[in-house]
Amino acid sequence: MAFVFSPVVPIIDWLEEVDATLRQSPGFFAGKPVVLDLSAVDLSENAIAQLITSFEQRSLRILGIEGVDAARLTASMPPLLMGGRHCVIPNNEPKKLEPKPKPASLLLDSQIRSGQSVVFPEGDITVVGSVSSGAEIVAGGSIHIYGTLRGRAMAGINGNLAARIYCQKIEAELLAIDGYYRTAEQIDAASYDGPMQVWLAGDVVQITPLN
Amino acid sequence: MAKVLVVTSGKGGVGKTTSTAALGAALAQMGEKVVVVDFDVGLRNLDLVLGAERRVVFDFINVVQGIANLSQALIRDKRLENLWLLPASQTRDKDALTEEGVSKIIAELRTKFDWIICDSPAGIERGATLAMRYADEAVVVTNPEVSSVRDSDRIIGMLDSKTVKAEQGEQVQKHLLITRFDTARASRGEMLSIEDVLDILATPLLGIIPESQDVLRASNVGAPVTLNDPDSAPARAYVDAARRLMGATIPMMVPSARKGLMDRLLGRRAA
Repeated sequence: MAFVFSPVVPIIDWLEEVDATLRQSPGFFAGKPVVLDLSAVDLSENAIAQLITSFEQRSLRILGIEGVDAARLTASMPPLLMGGRHCVIPNNEPKKLEPKPKPASLLLDSQIRSGQSVVFPEGDITVVGSVSSGAEIVAGGSIHIYGTLRGRAMAGINGNLAARIYCQKIEAELLAIDGYYRTAEQIDAASYDGPMQVWLAGDVVQITPLN
Repeated sequence: MAKVLVVTSGKGGVGKTTSTAALGAALAQMGEKVVVVDFDVGLRNLDLVLGAERRVVFDFINVVQGIANLSQALIRDKRLENLWLLPASQTRDKDALTEEGVSKIIAELRTKFDWIICDSPAGIERGATLAMRYADEAVVVTNPEVSSVRDSDRIIGMLDSKTVKAEQGEQVQKHLLITRFDTARASRGEMLSIEDVLDILATPLLGIIPESQDVLRASNVGAPVTLNDPDSAPARAYVDAARRLMGATIPMMVPSARKGLMDRLLGRRAA
């Protein structure tokens, strides 16, 4: 298989096009066999010699010449080739990078204020700070709060019964795991001091100390 | 460099307008060139608290609409030559405020003043969001009770998301001003303590203004409390807060009511 160059008139313009291609991808033809197809032009022996020289100046080595009368070629020129066929070069597209799997946790580096709602059905939510009264955290996985939970926390919303809610202090308005919930009325905040975890035992939302 | 300061709270009646007037007057007394801007279109009060209600000709909305220029609408305080008021329109409502109009006026005020203090209306709607929109700093006014604290928390969340600074990835510098604080009631557990409020809001404290009749008295005569009775406890607390805004480090005083024996006896009987 060889690369075929088919000059057209005017040759000077055509050579400029070749130069432009070479500038875009220098080294593409280096070491590759190149064939000159002169069927589209009618060049004299001298002109052919000049064309070959200009190819050599561009570091392109011509392997053979096609589509020209053998009488116009001298002994020092590349040999005449016949019976060359076109072929389609398969386009080697660069392999598509596989999309990185989405992170299964969401990190929030600030306090969640009243009226803010954070929903992350894909996985866990970590809050470095408190969750205010009137704020809402909704996670597909577990919820980790490094602060006081004063708002609503709903974990395991996609049917994840093993999801849990962890917080440094519990004053929650609502706790829910996969739809099973406890409202503030059913949470005696005064009896829970210090870090707590909330988990599901059967269909009962349990609150137990973390240590 | 000019600073745009919004005085906001979410909840109504906590002392935004009083604090705007008092802080504005205190800063003006310190030699700063101050304009207080009333954003409470339709329910304006700042002109009353400053005693300028009889001198209002043009207002904020007139300037936005091009009926008047800014210098025609600005009212200079009679007592402090460094203090100016841009009144709100009483005959219109908040829909008359546009983002472009507010942006244009704030930009023009920035070239003329050291401090542009925006008195926000209550709520979280158009008036309040436009008052905070171009702020560099914010004073969040909070009473030590749960509803006010929760509303302030909501407003702090909006300051962190709905302002131009927040959208540019910067932070509006926030200060917490606790007003109407009553030491006696707080110690009896009838009010949230300062620690509780700071724990919930996690925002640096600018000052604690004690509950006082002096504030009402000053409003009634149309003077900022810092001018009307400079020696009163709320006036001194406001002056300290203004100096902290200027960057001074002043130890925080929790105002304690100095009561005599009779007061304590009566207080206990009343409770």
